[in-house]
Amino acid sequence: MDILVVLEGANGAIHRISKEALAAAQLLSKDLEQKISILAFGQNAEQLANEATGFNAEEVVLINDEKLNSYSADGYAEAIMQIVEKEAPQYVLTGYSYLIRDFLPKVSARLQKPLITDVISYKNEGGKILFTKQVLHGKLTVDIEPKVTDSVMVAFQSAAYSADNLISGSANIRNVEIELNADMLKTSSEEPFQEETGGVDLTSAEKIISIGRGIGKEENMPLVKELAEVLKAEIGASRPIVDAGWLPSSHQVGSSGQSVTPNLYLALGISGAIQHVVGMKGSKNIVAINRDADAPIFEIADYGVIGDIVEIIPKLTEVIKSQ
Amino acid sequence: MKIGVLVKQVAGSESPLRIDSEAKWVDESAVDFSINESDSYALEEALQIIERSGGDGEVVVVSMGPAGRTPKVIREALAKGGHRAIHIQEEAPYETDPFMIASIFAEALKDEQFDLILSGLQSDDLSSGQTGVILGELLGMSTATLVMGVEVQDGNLRAKRELESGWFQWVTLPFPACITIQSGLNQPRYPSLKGIMGAKKKEIKPVSKADLVDDLKPLQDYSNMYLFKAEKSTEMIEGSADEVVDKLADIFKNKIKAL
Repeated sequence: MDILVVLEGANGAIHRISKEALAAAQLLSKDLEQKISILAFGQNAEQLANEATGFNAEEVVLINDEKLNSYSADGYAEAIMQIVEKEAPQYVLTGYSYLIRDFLPKVSARLQKPLITDVISYKNEGGKILFTKQVLHGKLTVDIEPKVTDSVMVAFQSAAYSADNLISGSANIRNVEIELNADMLKTSSEEPFQEETGGVDLTSAEKIISIGRGIGKEENMPLVKELAEVLKAEIGASRPIVDAGWLPSSHQVGSSGQSVTPNLYLALGISGAIQHVVGMKGSKNIVAINRDADAPIFEIADYGVIGDIVEIIPKLTEVIKSQ
Repeated sequence: MKIGVLVKQVAGSESPLRIDSEAKWVDESAVDFSINESDSYALEEALQIIERSGGDGEVVVVSMGPAGRTPKVIREALAKGGHRAIHIQEEAPYETDPFMIASIFAEALKDEQFDLILSGLQSDDLSSGQTGVILGELLGMSTATLVMGVEVQDGNLRAKRELESGWFQWVTLPFPACITIQSGLNQPRYPSLKGIMGAKKKEIKPVSKADLVDDLKPLQDYSNMYLFKAEKSTEMIEGSADEVVDKLADIFKNKIKAL
C-alpha cells in the first residue's frame, strides 16, 4: 500500500479535516506517483466509505466492526495498527483533530513508527519528503524528516490543504476484517454532551473584537466591552481569557471554540497561537494590535499595530464614538 | 494514590527567539523560560486529587532538561506542594522526537509504579501533543487526552475529555492511567512562602538521560528551523497612540467599511 488516508466522521459524513488530508494525499500521490487507499472505520463506517468512493483514489478500505461503534482509544488504535501492520503503507495521512490526538499516538508507540503532528504542508526536496510544522508558540517553523521508510503517520493541521481542490473519481470498496476482542479495550466512553447551550454565536458575526492575554487583568475587560458597543461588534476571545473565567467559553475562537469568518477581525493582545489562528484565519480583514513585534498574529494580519492595547483601546473607542 | 506529574520548562510566549547557528533550535542565551502552561494545570490537578482524598498519597514531579535551568521549574513545583522530584538531566542538543522523549521517561519511571501520570496536553515549544499517550502505552497504562476534569469512582478514573466546538465526553479508565490535561480545568495555585522554604529540603533525584536511551534511535528529526514566511503582506501602522487610533478609524471606515 502507498498512501493510506484515515477518515473521521462528523454527523455521518466525512469530517472536513479528513477531506483536507485527502487533498494533501492527492497532491502527494501525484508527486510520488503513488496510489491512495482511503480507510473508513468506526461509527457510520459504511456511510463514510460510500461517500469516499466519489473521490479520486485507488480504493476505499472498509472496516465494518460493531465493536468500533462506540469510541475507545484502544479499539481505534488497534484497528489502525492492524491495517498498517498488514498493508505497510508508506504514509498514513489524517487531519490533526482532537480524536486523532487521542488514539493515533498509541499506534506510533505500538508500531514504533513516527507520528508527525500539526503539519501545515509537505515539501518534496528531490524525492525526499519533509513535513513542515510551526513550533515555539508558532513563531518558528521546522521541516521534519521521518527516519523510517514506511508507515510514516502525518496529521495535518485544520485548513492546511483545501478540500475545494479535491479531485473526484470512482473508487471501489474493499472490506477488511480486524481482530478485536473486548479485553483489548481498556477504556469506555459515554455519550458526548454540550456544556453550555445558548451562548454567543460568532459564526455569523460581521465584526468581531477578539481579546487575548495582552489585556493583562480582568479589571480591563470593560474597555473591550465599550469598544465592542461603539463598533457594534461581537466579542471573541483566545483560550487564556476563557480559562481565566473572564468570558464564558462560548466566546472562544479557535480549535476548541468557534471558527469565524467576519469582515473585520480585530485581534487585541492575541499572540496568534496555532490553536487560535485555525479558527479565524478565514476572516476577510484581520487587524492585530500586540506589544510583541514577533507575535505570529502579525504574519496573518492585513493591518498591524505594535503597541499596548490597554492604552489604545479607550482611545480607539473615543475616536469611533466621535465619528 | 501515587501520582507522577511531567512538567517542562519552555520558552515563554513573549520570549525573544533567535535561531541558533545550526538551524536546529534556538539560541537559549536570549530565551525567557517558564513552566509549560498546560503542565501547570496538570500539577494543580494532581495536588487537588491528593487533597480530595484526604492528603493520602504522593505527587512526584518529573522534568527533563539541562542541569543549569531545569531545577528552577522543579523547585517551583515542589514549592506548590509536590513531594519529591526526578530530574532527567539532558544537555543540548535536546531530543525533539516524541517517541524518544516518551521512551526516556518510560525508562526513568518504570520502577515508580505510579497509579496515575499527568502531563499537559502538549508542550508550547515542540507541540507534538503525544508524549503523554506514548508514555502511557510504553508503561502499559490506560490513556486519555485533553482532560478537563477527573474523578475517582468505584476504583476507576473518570475523565472528562474535551471534544471540538464546545462538546465533551466522559471516559472511564482503569488504573494505572496516564492522562494529558487541557488548560483551564482548575486555577493553578501560587507557592506560599512556607512552601518555598520547604521546597529546599525536598529530594530532587538526578538521572542522566545518557543512561536511559541506550540504542534507541529517533523516528523523526528536525532537519531545518527557520522563520515563518508571512502568507500576506501586513501594513504596519505606526505613530503615537493618538495617531494610530486615527489611522485605524480611517481604515475601518474607508477600507474595510466596518463603520
